Amino acid sequence: MIADLLIVAAIVALALPVVLGRSAFTSVALFVAYGLLLAFAWVRLDAVDVALTEAAIGAGLSGVLLLGAARRLAGGPPVEDAPPGKAQVALIGVGCAGLAVALGAAILALPDPAPSLAGPVMANIAALEVGNPVTAVLMGFRGLDTLLEAAVLVLAVVALWALAPDAAWGGAPGWRQPRAADGPLALLARVLPPIGVVVAVHILWVGADAPGGKFQAAAILTAMWLLPWMAGIAAPPPISRAWLRILVAAGPVAFILAGFAGSALQGAFLAYPQGYAKAVIIAVEVVLTASIAVALALLVLGPPAEDRDA
Amino acid sequence: MSAAIYGLLGAALVGIGLFGLLVRRDALLRILAFNLLGGGVFLVFGAVARRGAGAGLAADPVPQAIILTGIVVAFAATTLAVALVLRLAAAKDRG
Repeated sequence: MIADLLIVAAIVALALPVVLGRSAFTSVALFVAYGLLLAFAWVRLDAVDVALTEAAIGAGLSGVLLLGAARRLAGGPPVEDAPPGKAQVALIGVGCAGLAVALGAAILALPDPAPSLAGPVMANIAALEVGNPVTAVLMGFRGLDTLLEAAVLVLAVVALWALAPDAAWGGAPGWRQPRAADGPLALLARVLPPIGVVVAVHILWVGADAPGGKFQAAAILTAMWLLPWMAGIAAPPPISRAWLRILVAAGPVAFILAGFAGSALQGAFLAYPQGYAKAVIIAVEVVLTASIAVALALLVLGPPAEDRDA
Repeated sequence: MSAAIYGLLGAALVGIGLFGLLVRRDALLRILAFNLLGGGVFLVFGAVARRGAGAGLAADPVPQAIILTGIVVAFAATTLAVALVLRLAAAKDRG
């Protein structure tokens, strides 16, 4: 109880200066700390799968992306919009506080006992042969949501690449990083990736029966790819490479093929054949992990930049 | 009980995020504020999941799985927004 209140107080104490802070760089740093604390909140809510994702994506990958963006934007032209007046700010503040209070009241007024799908999930989980109920929901009961989400990542990569300047099209994504000759980054970029890859494979594998799974594993793999890039040791492949594009699309395509196999064998899209459910789920998850990891890395790297030496 | 505390935290984050989104003018700060807003929504949903404990589980796995999906989609949207802001800044530099 006291731990919960401390976590809540710390998160609010970090969230307020993120919004009110003077420089974007400070706000981003606070936002990363906020993401890590939010992962603790998820653990306290018994959502360990979500906590792993939040720590890896919400704090880790977002941090890399936003810190890089804050550095690029520093010293840029000032914002042109007129600042809101004092009365306007006060009015917005009252409105937002009212919304928060109304939402809070709604949460306290939720029905008791709460409606829950935990029962139906546990009643049918044996058919999928996996032990982690969240994985069962992601790959089985709500498999279509996960399929659409994997497709969203592909679309996001396409949209991101569409922002590339004409002159840079087909080049390597992101900015070239200066080579870190020594220091912690140069060391970590060499030492961590082999360990990180093993951890990612472990998290993917145990995800069937314990907290973990493809998103968390993919986020770790992405981080292991970004480390050598940040240290300037390895350059990302140009986006014109066919294997890169095939890899990005492979996850959703494998998922859709498994779905149609279900249509043919079981009479329903994304239905898994009896006795082979876990094998199919793991196979699709392995392909999805590789695909999501590449897509996430490309999203963090950004579109190919014109001025690669700047 | 802890579910209610984190639900209220989610509500507070929605308020803080929306305030930042409306008041701040810096594009990157707006993206951060939007992420706070999203985090608040996820927390409210997480509190609902925690209240749905049952059948031997500490929380309802269905909302948890949807939150997981949501975090990844929110991240994809954030990367796109950041790329748009950077491209806009580069275009302004040149013009």
